[in-house]
Amino acid sequence: MTAALDTVRAFETPEGVELHLHTAGLVPRALAWVLDTLIRIGAYIALVFMLLELGKLGVGLFFIVLFAMEWFYPVLFEVLWQGATPGKRVLGLKVVHDDGTPVGWPASLVRNLLRFVDFLPLFYGLGIISLLFSTEPRRLGDHVAGTLVVYRDEPVSQPPLPEARTRPPARPLRPEEQQAVVSFAERLAGMNTERAQELARLAGPLVALAPDPAAELAGIARHIVGSA
Amino acid sequence: MRQEPFVRQHTPRWEALEAALKPLEGVRGATPPPPDTAARLPALYRAACQHLALARARAYSPRLIARLAALVARGHQQFYTRGGGALRGWLRFLLSDYPQLVRRHAAPVLAATLLLFGPMLGLTVAVLERPELVYTVLDAAELRGIESMYDPDNQARWGRKREADSDLLMFGYYIRNNTGIGFQTFAGGLTAGLLTVFFLGYNGVVLGAVEGHLIGIGHGESLYRFTAGHSGPELLAIVLSGAAGLHLGWALLAPGGRTRRLALVEAGREGVRLMYGAALLFLFAAFIEAFWSSIVSIPALVKYGVGAGIAGLLLLWLLLGGRQRT
Repeated sequence: MTAALDTVRAFETPEGVELHLHTAGLVPRALAWVLDTLIRIGAYIALVFMLLELGKLGVGLFFIVLFAMEWFYPVLFEVLWQGATPGKRVLGLKVVHDDGTPVGWPASLVRNLLRFVDFLPLFYGLGIISLLFSTEPRRLGDHVAGTLVVYRDEPVSQPPLPEARTRPPARPLRPEEQQAVVSFAERLAGMNTERAQELARLAGPLVALAPDPAAELAGIARHIVGSA
Repeated sequence: MRQEPFVRQHTPRWEALEAALKPLEGVRGATPPPPDTAARLPALYRAACQHLALARARAYSPRLIARLAALVARGHQQFYTRGGGALRGWLRFLLSDYPQLVRRHAAPVLAATLLLFGPMLGLTVAVLERPELVYTVLDAAELRGIESMYDPDNQARWGRKREADSDLLMFGYYIRNNTGIGFQTFAGGLTAGLLTVFFLGYNGVVLGAVEGHLIGIGHGESLYRFTAGHSGPELLAIVLSGAAGLHLGWALLAPGGRTRRLALVEAGREGVRLMYGAALLFLFAAFIEAFWSSIVSIPALVKYGVGAGIAGLLLLWLLLGGRQRT
């Protein structure tokens, strides 16, 4: 279930499961671009020093490398390195097709060759306008190529539930309520005591008679989850 | 089933899936996957999908659901990478599929040809009639530079500013300059073809004006001896880039029975395929322009003959390539 204001896009895989893509907006993409540009400038400077030795031959080679870097630097990284240039990798982004599949040569070439139009009139003017006004943030190259820039899934840690006396709830809970209680218990470690008690008291009749509502809810969570 | 027993029961398979995925997640195609991956991965991945669906249906904790979703997403990423067969069968693509592709898009190719050659011929004739017209296109300083490049008394190289420039330097320069113009012409199609039309027309105007001027002051033979070799592939590459751009622009203006988005996506793919050929032609033209065209000592007949031969072969390739024999 994704709310209308979310940047989460859901799509169904052939196995029938729904996967979620968290699309990235203007700011992370702009930062990734700045990083990539700095990396490229660094590479150019290093190359200039190396090719200085070779005189005219070096200048010719430099032109060729410049051409390749201008147009194909993103393409090679996107297709061969899990959909992310080094700048995008630092920001935790990657490029995928809009059905969730990893990006391939045709789509990557289209979105990067069309970067020229996105760059007009000045520094990605059209691209920024497109990013700000499309439903899932896409620049013009993304629209034509059918790609999205999304966040890479971070590995999720699942620490064990906090210690508490396991106890059944006073009345049977619906699945969403069970999920809320377990979710509270999972986050308990990161909250201070006052906050934990304040949140636990929201459970109302479930913890009304308990001296320590947070521990009470943690115990109920352990029961739901099936811990000993 | 409660969450804890569920996790305990299935964790070994999730860890096995993770272990099977890890070697696949580096640079694509760098390391071959372990031999038993093909046997184990599908079953493990399907099981993980099923567990994710169960976890969601049974409203297990959000962290567990997120963990499983991340695992399934990683498996999905490896499973559904589209076949990267862009380089395989490239010879067949080049000799057979590409000419068919160009003929399929005969309309934008012809339009691009007219947009390039029309202004070019027009300006050549116009500048020959009224030589002062060339100054509306180029200023006097640039013109003097161009005149010196094609001076018939030039004993070293044509088409270069200083005879000390090396062939390889010019090769790199031409690759960057000309292919870049081609890519920009293609990309300009996104502005409903307006930028593409502008690039084609502007290039035609400048080329035509320079040609007319140089013929007018008597440098015509040097110009033709320089351009004969590479003008075939280069002009063809510009036309193909323009055709790709016009095709893209047309998808925006007249999507046919499709939504504009779908029309653009399909036109983008076709356009990129056209650009494969254009890029190769630019590379070929840059090679000829850098290493052959500028040599003064080769007699005119040889230059014209080679140029005509190359242009003829290219035309034959596009007109006859990939045709079925009846």
